[in-house]
Amino acid sequence: MRYLPKSDAERRAMLDAIGASSIEDLFAAIPERFRLKEALAVPGPLAESEIIGYFRDRARETSVGYSSFLGAGVYRHVRSVVADALLQRGEFLTAYTPYQAEISQGTLQWIFEFQTMVSQLTGQEVANASMYDGSTALAEAALMAERLTGRHRLAVTRSVHPEYRHVLETYAQHAGLAISTVGYAPSGRFDADALRAAVTPETAAVVIQSPNFFGSIEQVAEAAEIAHAAGALLIVAIAEAVSLGAVRAPSEADIVAMEGQSYGLPPSYGGPFVGVLATREKFVRQMPGRLVGQTTDAAGRRGFCLTLATREQHIRREKATSNICTNQALCALAMTMHLALLGREGVRELAEQNIAKATYARSRLEVIPGVQRIFSAPVFNEFVIRLPRSVRVVNEGLLRDKIIGPFPLGPFYPELTKCGLVCVTETTTREEIDRLAGSLERILASETNDAAAAPRTAGHRA
Amino acid sequence: MSDQQIRKARSHVNQSEDLIFERSAPGKRGMALPRLDVPAVSAAEALGADLTRDDVSGFPEISEIEAVRHFTRLSTWNYAIDYGMYPLGSCTMKYNPRVNEFVARLEGIATEHPYQPAELAQGCLRILRDLERALLAITGMDAITLEPAAGAQGELTGLLVIHAHLRDRDGHPRKKVLIPDSAHGTNPASVALTGYAVENIRSDASGQVDFEELRRLVNEDVAALMLTNPNTLGVFEERIADVAQVLHERGALLYMDGANMNALAGVVRPGDLGVDVMHLNLHKTFSTPHGGGGPGAGPVAVKKILEPFLPVPAIVEEADGRLRLDTERPKSVGRVKAFGGNFGVLVRALAYILAYGPGIRQATEDAVLNANYLRAKLQDAYDLPYSTPSMHEVVFSDARQRKNGVNTIDIAKRLIDYGFHPYTTAFPLIVHGAMMIEPTESESREECDLFVDAMRSIAEEAATDPNLVKSAPRSTRVGRLDEVAAARKPILRWKPSE
Repeated sequence: MRYLPKSDAERRAMLDAIGASSIEDLFAAIPERFRLKEALAVPGPLAESEIIGYFRDRARETSVGYSSFLGAGVYRHVRSVVADALLQRGEFLTAYTPYQAEISQGTLQWIFEFQTMVSQLTGQEVANASMYDGSTALAEAALMAERLTGRHRLAVTRSVHPEYRHVLETYAQHAGLAISTVGYAPSGRFDADALRAAVTPETAAVVIQSPNFFGSIEQVAEAAEIAHAAGALLIVAIAEAVSLGAVRAPSEADIVAMEGQSYGLPPSYGGPFVGVLATREKFVRQMPGRLVGQTTDAAGRRGFCLTLATREQHIRREKATSNICTNQALCALAMTMHLALLGREGVRELAEQNIAKATYARSRLEVIPGVQRIFSAPVFNEFVIRLPRSVRVVNEGLLRDKIIGPFPLGPFYPELTKCGLVCVTETTTREEIDRLAGSLERILASETNDAAAAPRTAGHRA
Repeated sequence: MSDQQIRKARSHVNQSEDLIFERSAPGKRGMALPRLDVPAVSAAEALGADLTRDDVSGFPEISEIEAVRHFTRLSTWNYAIDYGMYPLGSCTMKYNPRVNEFVARLEGIATEHPYQPAELAQGCLRILRDLERALLAITGMDAITLEPAAGAQGELTGLLVIHAHLRDRDGHPRKKVLIPDSAHGTNPASVALTGYAVENIRSDASGQVDFEELRRLVNEDVAALMLTNPNTLGVFEERIADVAQVLHERGALLYMDGANMNALAGVVRPGDLGVDVMHLNLHKTFSTPHGGGGPGAGPVAVKKILEPFLPVPAIVEEADGRLRLDTERPKSVGRVKAFGGNFGVLVRALAYILAYGPGIRQATEDAVLNANYLRAKLQDAYDLPYSTPSMHEVVFSDARQRKNGVNTIDIAKRLIDYGFHPYTTAFPLIVHGAMMIEPTESESREECDLFVDAMRSIAEEAATDPNLVKSAPRSTRVGRLDEVAAARKPILRWKPSE
């Protein structure tokens, strides 16, 4: 086997050195009756070319060749081959967690740079070395708020990503954290009056997302005011990190839980992504996850090491701030490299390109007869449209034109059954947007005509 | 040994490099964006000035070549599996095949969106289904979820499943979970997250769970025992089937931490041992890269009776063979991560399994062979606190060297000068001054021999010239760092000088 660096003769010689007559001797601790006699029923062995062949076959059973307008928490953005080539250097790819600082300065320094860039982007004072993803970062932020305040309720706006809320519920239920859900206003932003009413002296934190699940940019300062007036913290979730190149940083937040996928990671059918957690310096000792700090060696040379480990599971066990051990280091490195390449100008231009695409897409889609804008708040690169028909049915028509249409909101928001979330980024071309507009217009027109000509089919439409 | 005589490694010049912020100069950038093909809009005009920010203050500004040099230089300061043996016990630092990286980046694999319609995701779902089947064959379990993002999240998920099952069965989830004193810290931390109390159970003289103590402790308050097998001493829990029986008789479950599955794959299946729930660390046994600390994946496999409680979504097969994601599972513990598991990691794990096929057993055998070889060659130089047979790793202690004031960390740091990454220090907690060594199957006999030479040489140095060991490493860019100062006044980010 090509991954195993020993000949049978070497194996024999090593067994002799051990004093074992056969390899079976080394498994003697396992009761004989449990030892497998037959070969495992797994496919293989395959040569490298055959492995590639298997995955190429699978890759053909996907959406290659389609235009997509899906976002909803996972975004297609430009990525540099420079970053991807660099992070495949074995010294990054095949290194362990940097516990041995003297031979891990490369990893430690880039994590320090990552923590810095995340702090700068989010307008927070400190950031950790990464969490699994945005949704678990949010759950951990909520538990952190519970520890910091000693309170056991959360006020969570419904415009926070439904899957983030679902993950939050999974984590919160066993921590004794009760969740009140707060609705949204006609603007598409959180309902400030409802939020004010939901926040009580028992509230540990208010949780909002900005841009929120509908793409609307929230009034972070107002949420902070409502939370802080009751002595609660404000947690801001961010699913579209690219927005931070142009949208005001949530510096009023006490904790920011962000998904960093947009900066340098492909959609990859849902992961691996990179969760980001940033907060105020005074809260750092209640933060979960790894942290890298700057220090010096005996000769006074600057170096970096993991620090404040007494928060972590390998030291504190059941009293740790979290159970997290492995995080998403290599993904955080991809994000660090991508941000370094984009730089100060690039993050701004990228964000403004997204705003321009969304502005253009709205101008093309919202003029189609039957298509309505339903929310008035400013958006970043996603927006909700209401269709005269079920989004699913319309999307089936779009698929025939090789277009993956808007994300249907109905399953998550029953009151928005005919609404879809459209996402465009700098990777979406004007031609694709025009094609979506043309296709959508044709489908809606023909459906109207069909319905008029053949009312008997109307019953089939959801 | 003088540093000139060390065979495996020698120092060479490597480049210095400042923080990226310190290299920055206004007006430079390393990446061009595609030309904007729609009318430009300024953020302030689209969003209003109150929602818009100024440029990100202090953000780096560097060219592409400077970025390439920056990260390349940083990389050369790391040790890596690609350099040599990485004998971190319980971490399973094995070779990360490059083809796995290649296939994870294919168009149609890396490019797919988790919300695209199932008819356009059959390839992705088929990969997940094939991996599920392979992992079930290897573990001998009945059902599996690929959702958890890492081993610790797998532990949490498995415990949530136990909690939900007991509540469903008895109307209440019970109160506590037993954990051996040799367990990883994630075990008790995961238990705490589920609201259970942790009760420690001691190890016996052989390093295994004290069976009599277990019988005494298992009562109707105990939800489960979390057992790592082989445990962190590298010892197979020989009575695991009896342990399972005791638990089952009293209505409790057996959770197996599969962190050390590299000792078992192809040789024994946890499902046959009475295990009810287990997680796997795909970044250990199944070779997905550690990447400096992740990403990982922590699938959780269960017995049939626990299947209804697994997290959503689940992959289901329709009558016509098409696959889809199912979220309508009323007994499910819920969702543990948005958008499903770490798909890209799962792709790599499947590529690894396909390369071996049933031959994965040979990898297991070689891993156990290497550990036992190191044990045989080092046991006269270092104290072996448990003489119970070793599986994939061996744990020595610094008891002999401590007499000369040299401890496990000193020896570990000196290994760096010999061209090796240190072993795991000071763990498991039940061994004072532990030196936990896991070579994995990826090491040749020659590399093992170099490690033996290094360890034996250090043992001699500890006896004859302890200060040499205590002042190690001597060959690195920085010496031992002041960790106390780092924690006392944490500097966690760069700031522009005033």
